[in-house]
Amino acid sequence: MSKEELKSNLEEIVISPEYEEGSEWTTVGFESRYWNSIALQLRHTEGLDLNYLFCLTCVDWKTHLTMVYHLTSTTHRHIVVLKSKLDRINPEIESVSGIWRTAEFHEREVYDLFGVKFLHHPDLRRLFMTEEWRGWPLRKDYEDPVNMIKL
Amino acid sequence: MTEEKNILPTQFPGEVHPTAGGGILLTKIDEVINWARSNSLWPLVFGTSCCAIEMMSTAAAKYDWSRFGFEVARATPRQADVIIIAGTIVNKIAPVLKRLYDQMADPKYVIAMGACATSGGPFFYNTYSVVKGADHVIPVDVYVAGCPPRPEALLHALIALQEKIRSGATREQIKMEKP
Repeated sequence: MSKEELKSNLEEIVISPEYEEGSEWTTVGFESRYWNSIALQLRHTEGLDLNYLFCLTCVDWKTHLTMVYHLTSTTHRHIVVLKSKLDRINPEIESVSGIWRTAEFHEREVYDLFGVKFLHHPDLRRLFMTEEWRGWPLRKDYEDPVNMIKL
Repeated sequence: MTEEKNILPTQFPGEVHPTAGGGILLTKIDEVINWARSNSLWPLVFGTSCCAIEMMSTAAAKYDWSRFGFEVARATPRQADVIIIAGTIVNKIAPVLKRLYDQMADPKYVIAMGACATSGGPFFYNTYSVVKGADHVIPVDVYVAGCPPRPEALLHALIALQEKIRSGATREQIKMEKP
């Protein structure tokens, strides 16, 4: 479907979307507390059918964190990018591993490296670092005097 | 061996004195053993990162390393002579590397391939997980620079290791020398 149809469909689902320009894919910002209903509608709406979450990641801007979700549809082949700002001190967002199964591992990775808590995740624990590791390595203010040599 | 001189390959350490009914080979046992060892080093398959791809292409048809004797790349350290550390050594794989090195039988040699195994490479600064050089874990004989080193560079390093073995300068041999 074309970009305009996509945008109008998204406007019905995401309340007051903030579009980001300058990207080849339609990028929408949303509020993190509505994520559960938005995700369900994105998956199951006829015509949108975004059934493939191909990237789930987090970006650390120094004042806040941003969760980024890349979704596409295997039938219609359109791509939508969703972004949401999270608070740095207590970042929480609803888990989508019940909707797109691949999110299980990706959310574990984001939890391990950024410390974002995913509510109702079936098995939220560290993925890359060892279980006893303290701290969130990919945050900008991460200090590790033992291993890191600062440039 | 017949009664002609110079029937040995030129690199073979030793000379033949022709006598009636054959010849006598005069050489030092050490040199012959070193020559034999250097010409049949079996590498252990240990590629963690991108350098492994360059190692694979060195082993493949175009830059064949089996011309130099590295014919059989063993998957088990018990049967390997040289371990080529091709790739980044992370904190999680460092104990595995040490265990593999300990399982290799003497005499064993180590080649650190690429920038990551030499010194941490591009991951030297600002990383929480990369060991800054494989020689923090095991002693290394030959370092190869490059990110990744070209197959010719790896072949050069292998030949340098062979020359080191023949001249008795590897860590093994220095350890064995009487003080």
